[in-house]
Amino acid sequence: MENHKVVVVPCSGIGKSLGTVGRVATYKLIERMKPKETRTVCLALLTMGDDDALKLVRENPCIAVDGCPAQCSKKNIEASMGKLVHSIIVTEVLRKNRSLKPEGVIELNDQGDKLAEIIAKDLSKKADEILRKEKCE
Amino acid sequence: MTLATGKVGIICCSGEDLPEGTISRVATRLVLEKLRPDQTVTLCLPLFLAGGEDERAFARVFPTIAVDGCSKKCAEAGTKKFSGKPVATILVSEVMKKYPHLKAKSRERLEPQEMELATKVAEEIAKKVDEILCKTAKK
Repeated sequence: MENHKVVVVPCSGIGKSLGTVGRVATYKLIERMKPKETRTVCLALLTMGDDDALKLVRENPCIAVDGCPAQCSKKNIEASMGKLVHSIIVTEVLRKNRSLKPEGVIELNDQGDKLAEIIAKDLSKKADEILRKEKCE
Repeated sequence: MTLATGKVGIICCSGEDLPEGTISRVATRLVLEKLRPDQTVTLCLPLFLAGGEDERAFARVFPTIAVDGCSKKCAEAGTKKFSGKPVATILVSEVMKKYPHLKAKSRERLEPQEMELATKVAEEIAKKVDEILCKTAKK
């Protein structure tokens, strides 16, 4: 498989800062760490069943990045019959990094940004792993 | 199901792929946190699909404003499809036409110019909130 990108879909979590952590982590990955190998799609478009969004998640490996256990991103990718290969829940990463206290939705505080950086690095490793596997298939 | 009084629901698209999606999200939070904190509530749009009946009742409980980044109007369409017809829609791309000097470029962290745009959108949402609350108070 060539020219495939890993599609990273953060939840739209607007009620809590953890949604913003997932969103910022995604942008760190797709804009700075792996701009050529990864991309995102609007989750709302997927929820609405947009043809282009459906095609994208069905033809490319997807990672869901969810802020909370409601897992809106994961569930929407699954409902779209997307190729979900991995999912991350910010609350679980936070549990392993208890010293960090993310705050803010409009703008994350520094600790939230650090948590986003940790998640982005994990996502980057996962994206490499997924793309390596895709090449071998 | 009866309409709750004194509160307006705001559903934004949050569009992760577009700068206008981030503007819709930040504008919504500005209304919730600063402009009309006691009169507004929100819900994550994808929760309509991932959540249960409580979430899907949102637009039947609250008169709702959809805030969309682009002309695909996912927030308006999604709210209508899963919950109830929004009372109004604010389109970021339309608000931008009134302020051509303000551009939306960032998806992650808004620059001062983009924050100004988000504030303009937030002010339009707040104005709409007031209109809706006046109408419901008269009924």
